[in-house]
Amino acid sequence: MIKKISNIVIKQLLTVSGAITGIAILFISIFLFKEGIGFFNSPAVEKGYSLYVHASNPINELSSKEIKEIFDSEITNWKTVGGNDEAIKIFRIDEIFQKYSEEELGKDYQLLPEKLGEEIKSDKNIIAYIPQKYAPTLTKGIKVLHIKHLTLSDFFLGKEWLPTATPSPLFGVMPLFLGTLLVSILAIIFALPLGLGVAIYLSELANEKIRKLLKPIIELLSGIPSVVYGFFGLVVLSPLVQKTFHLSVGETALTGSLILAIMALPTIISVAEDAMRNTPRAMREASLALGATQWQTIYKVVIPYAKSGISAAVVLGIGRAIGETMAVLMVTGNAAVMPTSIFNSVRTIPATIAAELGEAPAGGTHYQALFLLGCVLFLITMVFSIIAEIISKKKNY
Amino acid sequence: MKRKMKMKSMLLLTITGITLLACNTKNERTRTANTPTTDVENIKIKGSETVLPLTQKAAEVYMNSNKEASITVTGGGSGVGIASLMEGTTDIAQASRSMKFDEKQKLQDAGKEVKEVVIAYDAMAVIVHPANKVSQLTREQIEGIFTGKIKNWKELGGDDMEIIPYARETSSGTYEFFKESVLQNKNHMTGIMSMPANGAIIQSVGQTNGAIAYVGLAYLNSNVKALQVSYDQGKTFVAPSFENAKNKTYPIVRPLFYYYLGASENKVKSFVDFVLSPEGQDIVKEVGYVGLK
Repeated sequence: MIKKISNIVIKQLLTVSGAITGIAILFISIFLFKEGIGFFNSPAVEKGYSLYVHASNPINELSSKEIKEIFDSEITNWKTVGGNDEAIKIFRIDEIFQKYSEEELGKDYQLLPEKLGEEIKSDKNIIAYIPQKYAPTLTKGIKVLHIKHLTLSDFFLGKEWLPTATPSPLFGVMPLFLGTLLVSILAIIFALPLGLGVAIYLSELANEKIRKLLKPIIELLSGIPSVVYGFFGLVVLSPLVQKTFHLSVGETALTGSLILAIMALPTIISVAEDAMRNTPRAMREASLALGATQWQTIYKVVIPYAKSGISAAVVLGIGRAIGETMAVLMVTGNAAVMPTSIFNSVRTIPATIAAELGEAPAGGTHYQALFLLGCVLFLITMVFSIIAEIISKKKNY
Repeated sequence: MKRKMKMKSMLLLTITGITLLACNTKNERTRTANTPTTDVENIKIKGSETVLPLTQKAAEVYMNSNKEASITVTGGGSGVGIASLMEGTTDIAQASRSMKFDEKQKLQDAGKEVKEVVIAYDAMAVIVHPANKVSQLTREQIEGIFTGKIKNWKELGGDDMEIIPYARETSSGTYEFFKESVLQNKNHMTGIMSMPANGAIIQSVGQTNGAIAYVGLAYLNSNVKALQVSYDQGKTFVAPSFENAKNKTYPIVRPLFYYYLGASENKVKSFVDFVLSPEGQDIVKEVGYVGLK
C-alpha cells in the first residue's frame, strides 16, 4: 500500500520536475528572442534623436557609416557625401548649454527648441544631433535628415561593431561571429589530438591504479573557475605566446584558443574514454586472438567502435569552447576586427555580452543588440547539440 | 489490513505534524527577520564599479558608527545603477559619468526629480611600458593615437615601434569619459584592443613594449610608466599626481557622482552627508581618489 503511494508520489514528482525544467528553458528562450527581435525596429541613430540640417542643404539621407564618419571628423566636407563643396559644421546638444545658462532656456527647457532653431538656421553647413522632443519644428529653414531603420544585413553582414558610437552606433556582428568560430575551432584542433591521446591511454594502456588516480584529477580541471583560467592566460600564456612568436601583442586568438583547449580537455577525455571502455571485451579479445597487436586492436577495433562517442566528445568540447566567456574576455584582447590570422586579437560573442550588458541603457538599441547576440549564440550551440545528439545515436560498425 | 490502516494513519499524522511544525518555525523565523527592518530602512546603493570600493568602505565605516543603519552596496555599472534608480530598485545610483541627456529625460518624463552630488574626483593617467622613451604627449597626440591616425612611436620621438593602444570596454564610464574629454567626442578607432578591467590593462601594458592605455590614478604601479600630459598644445606638461589633480593643473580629471530621487532624500541624506564630511573624504583618499577640497 505504502509502496504504491510512494511510487505514485515519486512518479508525479519526477513528471513535475521535468515539466518545470522544460518550461524554464522555453521561458528563457522566449525572453531572449522577445528582447532581441526589438532591435530591427530601432532607427540607426539613438532612439528619440534626429539629425537636422539647413534647408538649403541638398542632402536628404545619410547612411549610418557616413553619419559616424562625419561625427568622427573623418568626413569634413559635404562634397564627400554628395553635397556642396563646403566644410561640415558639427553641432551637438551639449553645445547649447555652453552658450546659454539653464535659466535662459526657461522652465523645463521651454525655450530650448527656439534657441536650437536659431542655431541651425544661422549656419548653412551645420549638421545638428538633437533629441526629437526639443526639435525646432516651428522654425522655418530647417530640415530633418531621413534616417533608415536597422536591417538584417546591417546586423548580420556588418563588419564594424561600435555599439556606443554617437550619434550612429554600428552593430555589425560579423567580426564577433568569426572571432568566436576562429577561437573555438582552433581550440578543438589543439584539444582533440591531446584529449584523444589521453583517453586512449586511460582506457587501454594505463593500469587500474593510475587510471583511478588520473581520472578524478582530469575531471577536477573542469571544476576550476573560468576566471582563474583567464588570469593564468593573461599572466602566463600571453607573454609566452608574445615571446615565442615575436609578436607585438600577446593577447591573440591563439592565446584564447590555447586556454579554451585546456578547458575543453576534461569533457573530451571523459566522454571519449567512456565510449572506448564500452567496447565489448569479446571484440577486443577476438582481435587479439587473431594475432593483432595491442595498437592494431586500438585503431582497428576500439576506435571504430567508439567513433560515435568520440564525435560526441568533440562536439561537446566545441560547445563548451563557444560558450566560454570569462577566460576569453581576459586573454583575446577583445578587438572587434575581422580576423585575418591567428595572431590577431579577436572579440567573441559571449565576451561582448558579458562586457557590455552591464552599462548598456536598459531597453535601448545596444541592449537589444546584445540580446540578439545571445540569440545567435543560442542557435549556434543548439546546432552543435543537435549534431552531438545525432552522432551519439548512430552506431556504425 | 488493520495494521496497514494503522500505519497509514500514523504516517498521515506524522506528515501533518511535521508540516505544522515547519509552518510554525517558518513563521517565527520570518517574524524575527522582519522586526529590525521595519525600524530602520535599508539603503540600497548600486552602479559604477569605479565608485564601488569607495562606497563599500564608506558604508562599512558608517554602519560601524551607526549600529542601526543598514546599507547594501552592489556594482553592475553606471548604466545599471541609473536604470535601477528609474525602476525604484535602488536608493542611490553611483556613477562614474554624469547622467546622459536621455536618462535625465526619462526621469523627467516619469515625473521624478533627481539630485546629483559630486562625492570625489578621479584622475586618469595615460600609461606606457616602462621602457618606452616617450614621457610626455599633448592631448592632440593622444587623440591621434586612439583614433588610429598615429601608428608608430617614431612619429612621437620614440623608437621605431608599432603603437598598440588598449582601451577599456566601450560601455565603461572610464571609456566614456576618456572619449569625451581627451578624444573630444570622437570614437576610438575600430578594432581597438579592449580590456575588461583596470587591473588587466596594467598587466597587459606592463608586458607589451609598444602599448599605451589609460587607467585611474589609484591603479598606477611600477610595472607601467605614467605620461605627462599637455592640454595647451605643448606649452606645459603636467604629471598625473594627487596634488596636481587637486590643484586642477592636471587636466584629465572626472567627477564621481551619487544620484538619488528627491523623494527619498530624507532616507539617504545622512549617508551622503557622511561621505562629504571630512571623515568620509579621508576614506576617499584612502581608496585612491581625489577629495573634494
